[in-house]
Amino acid sequence: MYPRPISEDSSLRRAGYAGMVALVLILWLVPLMAVMATSLRSFEEVMAGNYWGWPKSINFVENYTAVFTQTAMARYFLNSLIITLPSVLGVLVLSTLTGYVLSRYRFRGANLMFALFVGGNFLPAQIMMIPVRDLMVSIGLYDTFYALIVFHIAFQTGFATLFMRNFIAALPDELFQAARAEGASPGQTLVHVVLPLIRPALAALAILTFTFVWNDYFWAIVLTQSDAVKPVTAGLSNLRGEWVSAWNLVAAATIMVAIPPVVMFFLMQRHFIAGLTVGAVKG
Amino acid sequence: MSGFWRSHRAWMAPTLFILPGALLFGIVIIMASIQTIWVSFFDWDGVGAMQWVGLANYAQLFDDPQFYVSLRNNLIWLGLFMLAPPLGLALALLLNQPIRGMRVMKSLFFVPLVLASVTVGVVFTWVYDPSFGLLSLLFGYFGATAPALLSDEHFVTFAVVVAALWPQVAFCLVLFLAGLNNLSEDLIGAGRVDGARGWPMLWHVVLPQLREVSFIALAVTVIGALRSFDMVAVMTSGGPFGSSTVLAYQMYEQSIFSYRFGYGAAIATVLFVIMAAFIAWYLRTLLKPERESA
Repeated sequence: MYPRPISEDSSLRRAGYAGMVALVLILWLVPLMAVMATSLRSFEEVMAGNYWGWPKSINFVENYTAVFTQTAMARYFLNSLIITLPSVLGVLVLSTLTGYVLSRYRFRGANLMFALFVGGNFLPAQIMMIPVRDLMVSIGLYDTFYALIVFHIAFQTGFATLFMRNFIAALPDELFQAARAEGASPGQTLVHVVLPLIRPALAALAILTFTFVWNDYFWAIVLTQSDAVKPVTAGLSNLRGEWVSAWNLVAAATIMVAIPPVVMFFLMQRHFIAGLTVGAVKG
Repeated sequence: MSGFWRSHRAWMAPTLFILPGALLFGIVIIMASIQTIWVSFFDWDGVGAMQWVGLANYAQLFDDPQFYVSLRNNLIWLGLFMLAPPLGLALALLLNQPIRGMRVMKSLFFVPLVLASVTVGVVFTWVYDPSFGLLSLLFGYFGATAPALLSDEHFVTFAVVVAALWPQVAFCLVLFLAGLNNLSEDLIGAGRVDGARGWPMLWHVVLPQLREVSFIALAVTVIGALRSFDMVAVMTSGGPFGSSTVLAYQMYEQSIFSYRFGYGAAIATVLFVIMAAFIAWYLRTLLKPERESA
């Protein structure tokens, strides 16, 4: 291991080291902790300028209730779920299919197609903004959930295909030869051989795609307009303009936006890290 | 029908499998990106008829001082973002100790990575707040007055990039921790036998083994810098006086707010060219080992 592990014997040094790391961690997360604290503050306290100290009174219920009842945050939150969940499902289905074909079949243009999937995924999304927006307007999807769902599925499929192709290519060849010898069709091979083995890859892609889509801001503001469709990220940005001085409420809304990806991350950390490091070509 | 299917399914099934993904990606991502180049030769308000203007958009762009501000800011992003891999590596070295409680602390260090950029933007707007922000508290502690970073045209881009570095460093940290996990114990042991430790050990024994991870960290950092949009939009809207715009933001502003879609497309095309050069280099490096082993 590098750096050399601190000796097991000197528990004092180990405790000292852990203490130092904890201190760095606190500094690292200070901005976030301040927002959490501010989401508990009273309006008077915010007006008095106490953003960084300990909250003088805990207004958890009041603030979060106010966000749910006085702002459109609840609606935005629901919108985000309506957009994110089908997107994740679509990406998993499409990338399993493309990854399977690209890893197990040789055909002319396969390399080019793979390169397009990988390369296209690298493009800054802003490059395709104008035509994508125009496309969604002309097929009548602009400012609907479908616009975001379709775009996210398309965009994330690039990265997911790279991921799936590499994962399926690493499965033992013998399995596929045996399936062929048994006379299994490509579909049967996919369902009975591939699917049971790619569960970890599916889990990793699910959590990654969830995070990317949930956190998206750019497409949210390019492809939607009305509150009925807008996801939380765009909603939070709006809210910040409208509630300029009610920072305790904006802070509570900020925490609400952050909670789903953070909770998902802690639940599926192993898959998240594995996915990110294996397929870490994603920006 | 079923006889036809059976005799042809060997190629028809895979074709059907790949078709939905390939079509969707091809139309929405690849075609749209290419179409952007086409649009850049037109004068277009986004609704009405498109008017062919040839290279006029580009001629105008290269005369536009705002374009050079954006370009310069993109370079600042790129330059400062290069701090993310070394900082991530430093944090990874700090955290790579088998001590009780370290696992939980590692996970907490990763948290900025999963936050939405809007969240990061909002959080750092508070850090930089000139009257009650963390920065002004720190300055006040030393009896000084903090500059209003986000409304100062000289500092604003740096302030936004520092905020954006927060999740980017966490990203590099994740990559390097995984890399440190896969070090060869034999090589480290051999290095120790030879008396290597500290810096020489890191430089001559550890870093060469982290080459692949470093390459990936560098790549995601470059892409992250060129993609920068969200933080600018959330924290400054390109201001004050357009001093913090980047190419992506200028493109957005020109198209959506000024209805100059052709001009916006020209800016996007410039970004496209910069990115395409990088992607070509990346893919060549990525695919080379595969070609050699084949």
